[in-house]
Amino acid sequence: MSDQGQARSADEAMLAEIGVGSFDELIAQVPPRLRLAKPLALPAPLAESELRRLYGDLSRKNYDPARTPSFLGGGVYDHVIPAAIEALTWRSEFYTAYTPYQPEVAQGTLAAIFEFQTMICELTGMDVANASMYDGASAAAEALLLARSVNHGGRALLAPGVSPRVRGVIATHLEGAGVALEILPEEGGRIDIAALPHALRAGPPACALLVQQPNFFGLLEPLDRLPEAVAAAAGERPHLVVSADPLSLGILAPPGRWGADTVVGDLQPLGIPAQFGGPTGGYFATRAAHVRRLPGRLVAEARDAAGRRGFTLTLQTREQHIRREKATSNICTNSGLLALRATIYLALLGPGGIREVARQCYARAHHARAGLTALPGVRASHAGPFFREFAIDLGQPAEALVAGIHARHGILAGIPLGRFYPGRTNELLVAVTEKRTREDIQALTAAVAEGLALPRGAREKGNPSHAEP
Amino acid sequence: MPNPDRPTPAPPAEAAACSLQGAVEVIFERSVPGEPGYRFARLDVPEAPPEGELPAALLREQPPLLPEVSELEVMRHYTALSSLNHHVEKSLYPLGSCTMKYNPKINEELARGPAWALLHPDAPESSIQGILELLWRFERDLATIVGMDAVSLHPAAGAQGELLGMKLFRAYHREKGNAKRTVLIPDSAHGTNPASVVLSGFTPREIRSGKDGRIDLAALDSAIDAGTAGIMVTNPNTLGLFEKDIEEIAARIHAVDGLVYMDGANLNALVGLALPGAMGVDAVHINLHKTFSTPHGGGGPGAGPVGVKAALAPYLPLPRVVREGEGYRLLQHDSRSLGRLHPYVGNVGVILRAYAYIRSLGPEGLRAVSRAAVIHANYLMRQVEGAFPVAKREACMHEFVSSAAWTRAHGVRNIDVAKRLLDYGFHAPTVSFPLIVPDALMIEPTETETRRSLDRFAAALMAIAREVRETPEVVQGAPGCTRVGRLDEAEAARRLQVRWTPPGAPGAGDPRG
Amino acid sequence: MRIPEDLRYTRDHEWVRREGGEFVAGITDYAQQQLSDIVYVELPAQGTAVKQAEPFGSVEAVKAVADLFAPLSGEVVAVNAALGDDPGAVNRAPYEEGWMIRVRASNASEFEGLLTPAQYGALLAELGGGAS
Repeated sequence: MSDQGQARSADEAMLAEIGVGSFDELIAQVPPRLRLAKPLALPAPLAESELRRLYGDLSRKNYDPARTPSFLGGGVYDHVIPAAIEALTWRSEFYTAYTPYQPEVAQGTLAAIFEFQTMICELTGMDVANASMYDGASAAAEALLLARSVNHGGRALLAPGVSPRVRGVIATHLEGAGVALEILPEEGGRIDIAALPHALRAGPPACALLVQQPNFFGLLEPLDRLPEAVAAAAGERPHLVVSADPLSLGILAPPGRWGADTVVGDLQPLGIPAQFGGPTGGYFATRAAHVRRLPGRLVAEARDAAGRRGFTLTLQTREQHIRREKATSNICTNSGLLALRATIYLALLGPGGIREVARQCYARAHHARAGLTALPGVRASHAGPFFREFAIDLGQPAEALVAGIHARHGILAGIPLGRFYPGRTNELLVAVTEKRTREDIQALTAAVAEGLALPRGAREKGNPSHAEP
Repeated sequence: MPNPDRPTPAPPAEAAACSLQGAVEVIFERSVPGEPGYRFARLDVPEAPPEGELPAALLREQPPLLPEVSELEVMRHYTALSSLNHHVEKSLYPLGSCTMKYNPKINEELARGPAWALLHPDAPESSIQGILELLWRFERDLATIVGMDAVSLHPAAGAQGELLGMKLFRAYHREKGNAKRTVLIPDSAHGTNPASVVLSGFTPREIRSGKDGRIDLAALDSAIDAGTAGIMVTNPNTLGLFEKDIEEIAARIHAVDGLVYMDGANLNALVGLALPGAMGVDAVHINLHKTFSTPHGGGGPGAGPVGVKAALAPYLPLPRVVREGEGYRLLQHDSRSLGRLHPYVGNVGVILRAYAYIRSLGPEGLRAVSRAAVIHANYLMRQVEGAFPVAKREACMHEFVSSAAWTRAHGVRNIDVAKRLLDYGFHAPTVSFPLIVPDALMIEPTETETRRSLDRFAAALMAIAREVRETPEVVQGAPGCTRVGRLDEAEAARRLQVRWTPPGAPGAGDPRG
Repeated sequence: MRIPEDLRYTRDHEWVRREGGEFVAGITDYAQQQLSDIVYVELPAQGTAVKQAEPFGSVEAVKAVADLFAPLSGEVVAVNAALGDDPGAVNRAPYEEGWMIRVRASNASEFEGLLTPAQYGALLAELGGGAS
């Protein structure tokens, strides 16, 4: 922080050169009765050492992520973040740069976005991808709005496994847009494929079908059976939108193979720390035919007069600053730095690394579920295939158990499903990433076993010898 | 007349010096097949090959085309890319309404620390009291700064804040049974304003600015009717002028039970000086990545929290932090809330930086921000207006708009002046906005610039003005000292090469090589 | 600034060439100069019904996009598919290769309401004559 005393005297000298006697003269256009007579009622300023202390004191009232094995998922995952990402994004040239509206002095940002767009196309099997969205949830909402502009149908069908949070964001965005949201029938936690043709035929035309892969319960939807089920419906085919976890695409087939028209998702698993849920980044990829309906920014290759290759923002006429009231989206600032993190992550891992991390998550999650469901009274909630997350039925209230496990063992055991599904208070959503070691998983299993065996009143309590979390 | 979107060759001497280093590279071009990637810890649980359990149809057959590079190559490549960027720590970004102020390093250090950066939002509430307390305090501080009763932290950017504001208006009017259709917007407004209005289901109605560049009260009166849901104002407006009649404007809108939304992009002129809440504003968004120093990131992330008056508070999105006894919790359900906007509670990482900024400045520091911002803008305006006349001959707030219209007589446009500034080592100001000033250059220096930096910028503009008269071809051909010259945007939009393809693949590359 | 004598014009800077019961339309030299390099032209499908003064498509340049308004009512019998690969034809030859749609007119009397070359020239003079 610069010396405010020194800055003030330089400013006073400037006042004289401007040709006014006082600052009040300079702001004559602000009605005097609106000018604050005294300073705002805020705490006194803190020096850097005091800020560190303040943040340190406040963080002691949080759990310590460095010492707390976490099995929390539900859309935000505890994946390894390679050191190089932090080193590169600490560069001022990346993180203090503005939006690349003057391409000649922003080739760094633009080239990286071009790489990002390429990598997303490769992971998803789509033709074009934009420069990022705020998050996967708003990306899904924008995908439905794009579908509506193409298909004009009055309904959007959501698979039952779409995250309740994503559903909430979609509902807010689509409110007043003339599209009714309908949740499709469920079978074992996944989309009921047999019931899909009927659901498509019964009711007004559907402009879109949204499926999440893996779904909120961690299950893998039968994307391969969707094209057939959708074709069996009468009328215009709805726009198929798949919300795909990008890390899972290291081993899962790109949704483009199954006729997806638009693929969206959240970038958080690709080198972005949880940050209590934000900021993250979203991605948005679609077919070449829809490139002019893409929300957000798009980077294209370009040449200068000397024939040198560079990159520039393109199709800006779609965007709000030119199209104004005719814009398809109002998005301006998006998630540039987070998309850069994802790009560097994918560059570091390469095709081998993204496959390795996905396979490790798969193996560790399956190992964990096997151990947990071997405990008496614990069953898997669903039978279908899963990737890195699964739900288990504990036969007892999950909230109390989870609180007790954290208090006694400093482990975050999972997300109680009762928070989203009122009837499912005994179930727990458990995520297992490549960071969870054999010991972590063993400790979780033992902690769950211990918690289940405790008498009812004692389950959520800590052991008096442990420090308060 | 030269087409500003089509590049003109730079003067030979300057071009030759810069063409040695070749094209801007992409990471794929460094790929070496077989190069091992990032090393993960070995699997210490039993193998579980997905192909054993999953139907083949669900599994990838071909690996995705990603580069195979070592960590050193990754570091070299992205470091090289970074050197091609302008950034705040290189020199000034005089972009109007962007408030490109210095981003204090302590804020980065605090927010990136694992103790904060790795917190998961679904941890038990008893284990996240620190972050909940910080968010609650931040909301209160923002409410104090803008003079509002409640704040939502959900919006991920200013434009999302505007969208939230318009949805709050709808919720308010719906509950009162008001039949409202239109939202008034001054013709000087930023493009996100009408876009946000349309996206929320209202119809924008433009009102012409008066001769002094401010909202014209007569035009306002003829635009207001019973169907007016509200107005969206920016104050100071995009010309850098304070809307002196803002209280009267608000009163006339309130008279038809309309609401006043303020786009807070220009809040840097007002912090500690005046309260939007005292001006009759009902909702205002705050750009944390502008006024509150959080970094721009090359296009995000940002955050656009919205402050509202009590009448709109019941509709705010959920979840939000509430105080309960000595502790804090997340309120998840309220029948009047318009629902969820952010997937969680907001862009907490950005908020962590902004809160540190507010705590480091304190009340006097915040007041000094707007004071210095206004002084610097007026000082720079006086230096520059001889060469590039200012639209309105009066003091400005934190930004001003010059016109480069005179350069047309020399075969030059405002965009050429902007490009020539790049050669002088500065970023260009905002160009061709607001639409109501011909060939506009919108300039906002911010409070963190020194006098020396402002003088150097002014000197560059004066030099360019001279070049326009004496050697216009140098300005027309600018930039000549950057790694690439002006790019052919028309050709880029026609070709639409928006992803890298391997040489030899269908659709790969450009026949020109 | 070219304003061919054998054409008629609209206030929205479109031109019309009558060919019996059909007409061919595009945008004028003034319009293409205002927009500068055109990168994309969005045209309706064959068989679409168009109505006078209503938008039937759009023309996109780097920094602007403009709606196209039907000069006359009728049914689209052909569109200039070559503009898909070469939108620049509109800049090079707005009245020739840059033609956009061919329409079977449904209301011949609408033709009388179009501007003559002299009237269009006067309109441009009012607007300041446009770029050189």
